[in-house]
Amino acid sequence: MSEFFSTARAVAWRSLHITFTNPALLAPALIFPLMFYVAFAGGLSSVGNLPGFDYPAGYDTFQFGFVLLQASAFGGVFSGFGIAADFERGFARRYMLAAPRREAIIVGYLLGGLSRAAITTSLLTVVALATGMRPQSSPAEIAALIVLVAFVCSAAMLFACGVAMRLKTVQAGPAMQMPVFLVLFLAPVFVPLDLVAGWVHGVATVNPVTALMNGVRDLLAGTGFDAVLVFGTAIALAGGFALWALRGLRSAERTGS
Amino acid sequence: MIGDLGRRALLRTLRQPANVVPVIFFPMILVAINSAGLDAASELPGFPADSYLDFVIAVPFIQGGLFAMLNAGTDLATDIESGFMRRLALTPVSGTALLLGQVAGVVALSFLAAVAYLVIGFIAGVTVASGPAGVVALVVLAVGIGLMFGSIGAYVGLRSGSPQTVQGFFPLFFVLLFLSSANLPRDLIEQDWFATVAGLNPVSYLIEGLRSLVITGWDPAALWPAVAILVVGTLIGGTLAARAMRTNLVRT
Repeated sequence: MSEFFSTARAVAWRSLHITFTNPALLAPALIFPLMFYVAFAGGLSSVGNLPGFDYPAGYDTFQFGFVLLQASAFGGVFSGFGIAADFERGFARRYMLAAPRREAIIVGYLLGGLSRAAITTSLLTVVALATGMRPQSSPAEIAALIVLVAFVCSAAMLFACGVAMRLKTVQAGPAMQMPVFLVLFLAPVFVPLDLVAGWVHGVATVNPVTALMNGVRDLLAGTGFDAVLVFGTAIALAGGFALWALRGLRSAERTGS
Repeated sequence: MIGDLGRRALLRTLRQPANVVPVIFFPMILVAINSAGLDAASELPGFPADSYLDFVIAVPFIQGGLFAMLNAGTDLATDIESGFMRRLALTPVSGTALLLGQVAGVVALSFLAAVAYLVIGFIAGVTVASGPAGVVALVVLAVGIGLMFGSIGAYVGLRSGSPQTVQGFFPLFFVLLFLSSANLPRDLIEQDWFATVAGLNPVSYLIEGLRSLVITGWDPAALWPAVAILVVGTLIGGTLAARAMRTNLVRT
């Protein structure tokens, strides 16, 4: 067991070392959510005056809910880019040869992704608080929010990991990024679900990210939330993508990394 | 020779789906999502259009221009990195011809993208208040936007000689789109600082010029600033790119 954790720790440390010694890798994960927050919370604030828009914590907080999910999910996806780069450069082969239990490699990448997401979401939160975002959460709701965001990051990272381990090239970046980007935008990003029109309303109704987004926003507003639905969805997504990543690992083992 | 180089630039782009998909499909996907997600915004008092789709259809033209910039810069930087530029420098082709060839490819892609945006827009229900002549004007403006951003991208690509550097510049230009009146008219933006930034941002005027043709008709007050920005931006970008090309060929 100690070998498992030492492998995971080593992979996580290397992943973080690469990220923090190369600003070009860290910056996009931070800049894009910030851009979205500024553009949506700043540019669309009058949307909060629409009839039927009844979010109690204000439009800044409403948009922060979306951006927080996006930052955590993209923190996971960008870890997938690192995994793909390791495969492309042949470093993953060394991991495979050296690790007594190869599942620890995935856990290591996951820990690296979670650490990176923790930093980007913390910076994002500081910026949002400094520019007017006012959550109404209790300490317990903040704790629940952190756990929920960690599950979202894990699900996105495990999805990207599965893609990276199958395709083994950084050119697979869009295959990791685009589905996550689309599934996030096919949730109620700008207004509550009731105000979303057309085909997006139909898609958002069945999109599991809608439950997560509503959960994050409810937690930020301190209005109570459907814990079973929200955490059930988060755990199901993370569990499903964990299986996807493990099968990706087996695929990489079979084909040779 | 310019035609050959332009053909090469266009084919090089069209042969790679990774270059075409972001230019045409990505902006339209965002329009489809935003027009449904923000449809309720058209109920805000003072909103200038009945449909958010009509309001937002101008945005892909700018996104397409930004992607054209990325393509032009990346292609030129790749030519430098791979040594192709060095081989061209040994031929009698002038630097201006090299640059025009590259930009011609971008312009052709911008034209195709603009036609695609309009066709998809019409299918989705967009109506152009300025009529058929306005549709032509939209395409002309789109080509101008591609030319302006393409020349800026060419400058960055020639100066850096590194495709990664060009890619790194892309988010900086994308910020201009985010901090503009892309999502709401400036007079409906409540945050004063955002309204100020959007008012100083030239991309706002480009969008408003395009948008006026769709939702208002022929509105000189909206069109002239867009045309002026395009002319000045293209002159600056083109001059800088031409200088960078000369420097590059001398170094070679």
